[in-house]
Amino acid sequence: MADQLLDAKGLNCPLPILRAKKALKDVAMGGTLEVLATDPGAVKDFEAFWRATGNELLASKADGKIFSFVIKRLS
Amino acid sequence: MSNESNSKRMSMIVTKGSLDWAYPPFILATTAAAMGLEVTMFFTFYGLTLLKKKLDLSVSTLGNPAMAMPMFGLHIGMPNIVSAIPGVDAAATAMMKNLIKKKGVASIEELRSAAVESDVKMIACQMTMDLFEYSLDDMIEGPVLGGAATYIENATKCDINLFI
Repeated sequence: MADQLLDAKGLNCPLPILRAKKALKDVAMGGTLEVLATDPGAVKDFEAFWRATGNELLASKADGKIFSFVIKRLS
Repeated sequence: MSNESNSKRMSMIVTKGSLDWAYPPFILATTAAAMGLEVTMFFTFYGLTLLKKKLDLSVSTLGNPAMAMPMFGLHIGMPNIVSAIPGVDAAATAMMKNLIKKKGVASIEELRSAAVESDVKMIACQMTMDLFEYSLDDMIEGPVLGGAATYIENATKCDINLFI
């Protein structure tokens, strides 16, 4: 279970990223954030986003049409 | 933004002011800012429209052969000639705004606010402000005035420079 949950389902590019960036501010350093999204483009975009911002992607799963990402805040 | 791990920079020249063309600059600016880049947007010519307090953006079918709206499970093209019929561009705009809402795409107002909130620097081109008789009072809070030299000096320090 992640420390925080962000529901970005139904949102399209770039909103899941923008919301995740905002939500991450409320996560403690070393804490985790789970993001739920339905935008298939979010899969690749989140990989790039975490790489560029120096955070760690702990898990990336697809459950039907819902994608879930767990991020560890490192920056 | 100096506390970000990624202090790269991006600049953009924004020259177009229609609803469809408003998306690329604001999507890229907000995403780049979220990724820790310092972003500068230089608004010139019709791009200035995107800084007005009240946005009233539209699309035109004129000169846009690639514009095909999804309708009845098909993609319906919009021949140039139809844009001369009163109400067609307004209908195309309404249709586009409808799709935007339905598909969970952000509005330009939303993206623009996000850009302002994330400290994207906005420069309004002084020359085109004069040309079109705009003043900063017509614009949202935030943009500063500048010219070509202001942009070029900034661009020389950027990792990404785009013209949209």
